[in-house]
Amino acid sequence: MKIIVKVTLKNGVLDPQGKAIRRALASLGFEGVEDVRQGKLIELDIAETDPEKARAAALDMCEKLLANTVIENYTVELA
Amino acid sequence: MKASVIVFPGSNCDRDIQVALRHSMGEEPQMVWHGDAEVPRSDLIVLPGGFSYGDYLRSGAIAANSPIMRDVVAKAGQGVPVLGICNGFQVLIESGLLPGALLRNAGMHFLCRDVGLRVENTGTVFTGHYEKGQIVTIPIAHHDGNYFADDATLERLEGEGRVAFRYCDSEGAAGEDANPNGSLNNIAGILNDGGSVLGMMPHPERLADPFLGGTDGKPMFDGLVEALS
Repeated sequence: MKIIVKVTLKNGVLDPQGKAIRRALASLGFEGVEDVRQGKLIELDIAETDPEKARAAALDMCEKLLANTVIENYTVELA
Repeated sequence: MKASVIVFPGSNCDRDIQVALRHSMGEEPQMVWHGDAEVPRSDLIVLPGGFSYGDYLRSGAIAANSPIMRDVVAKAGQGVPVLGICNGFQVLIESGLLPGALLRNAGMHFLCRDVGLRVENTGTVFTGHYEKGQIVTIPIAHHDGNYFADDATLERLEGEGRVAFRYCDSEGAAGEDANPNGSLNNIAGILNDGGSVLGMMPHPERLADPFLGGTDGKPMFDGLVEALS
């Protein structure tokens, strides 16, 4: 079963990479981009076939490793 | 005194700290591989600088889940002093031994240069050979050293005297001009609530010998030897 985990910075946490991307977009002529926030997308392919168990396992993975919950939020989607 | 240096894949300051400890201790520190389950009996554990696991996922995140880290966390809980420098600081944060997070430097650049530091707390085994308010020069070399914590954590760190070092100018002023990486309150190093775990971005081991151009880092190691022998 495929699971998509998205990890994003919490609101209020500075994202220097997002700022750099925004500046680069502006220099390419893409105007009107008011803000850019960069995150991570992680694809998991796991053996579990029960969707609820798979989701629970992915949430546990996020808490323990995939996200730093001090600065990041995460979402889990079954693909 | 027995000291252990944990070596992760991608550590690159492990030998620098080995030399600095050897000079101050007069004996050889133990080099401990990250895959080991147990740290041998130690009066001090050091997590060195470098790029453990290539900084994959987040700096320090994979190393914080190495087999050896379970025992480092357990020993820190028993009061064994733990020093984390640069990547070692990142590992301490990711392992939960210190609060907050280390974000990408505000200016996006990897920074490799000397900075001024003000010693804020001298009541620890790490800082006993410095004077309170002393201004020292120590090199930094990092991409992710921008200290962040929520307001409540920051207030607690400040209120409990757990900021060990702050970035400052040559006069000791910790203003925005002297902040290399955007760290909140110019924080360069913090302590756990017992004062037995120190994480810092600057590298004292890189200025601990006159041949390296300075010795401002040496009092840390001499102080540790005096406190822990």
